[in-house]
Amino acid sequence: MMMDLIGMGLIFIGLFFMLVAALGFVRLPDVFCRLHVTGILDTLGAPIMLLGVAIQIGPTLVAGKLLLAIAFLFMTSPLVGHLLASAALEGGHLPETAGRVPEGGDSASRKG
Amino acid sequence: MTISYTLVLIAILGLSLPYIGRVITGPTMFDRVIGLNAVGTKVPLLLIMIVLIYDRVDMGVDLVLALFLLNLVTTLLIAKYVREKGRISP
Repeated sequence: MMMDLIGMGLIFIGLFFMLVAALGFVRLPDVFCRLHVTGILDTLGAPIMLLGVAIQIGPTLVAGKLLLAIAFLFMTSPLVGHLLASAALEGGHLPETAGRVPEGGDSASRKG
Repeated sequence: MTISYTLVLIAILGLSLPYIGRVITGPTMFDRVIGLNAVGTKVPLLLIMIVLIYDRVDMGVDLVLALFLLNLVTTLLIAKYVREKGRISP
């Protein structure tokens, strides 16, 4: 019973991260920003949800396979993000704030 | 328990709608690829929720692993194609 509650809580935490990723994907202005916020979904939302499912179904072979899926996601999601970002950069996209100093200047560009 | 799984299923379906909209009307091609990758990450989660509702978890987990692999291969192939072809107009 306790394990069921913990698993369901983890599934809903994963849903919260998915909601954050969807909001960022709609709101953010750029290819790179969208890639950055989709990394939240791939690296945090889906593995937490899979971990919740694995806790709910108990220590069996199926839970082991779900843990393997979590390890797979943790390995491949940064790979996909990096490859898409470098392909977009080579394909001529620039970040929207490239070469622009933020309002008021940061500490690196201030003189003296 | 089944009601919670059904709620989670409907929530995942609803949360994949913005990605599908971005795939249809993306400004550039990379937005479409990113949206496709995100939807492809959500599809195995939908499958595992369906499998939990029907209480047949041992059948679905292998398909979940295969779908994750298929999503990875699709995105990697599209990224590699675009990189080797150079610039592609949106």
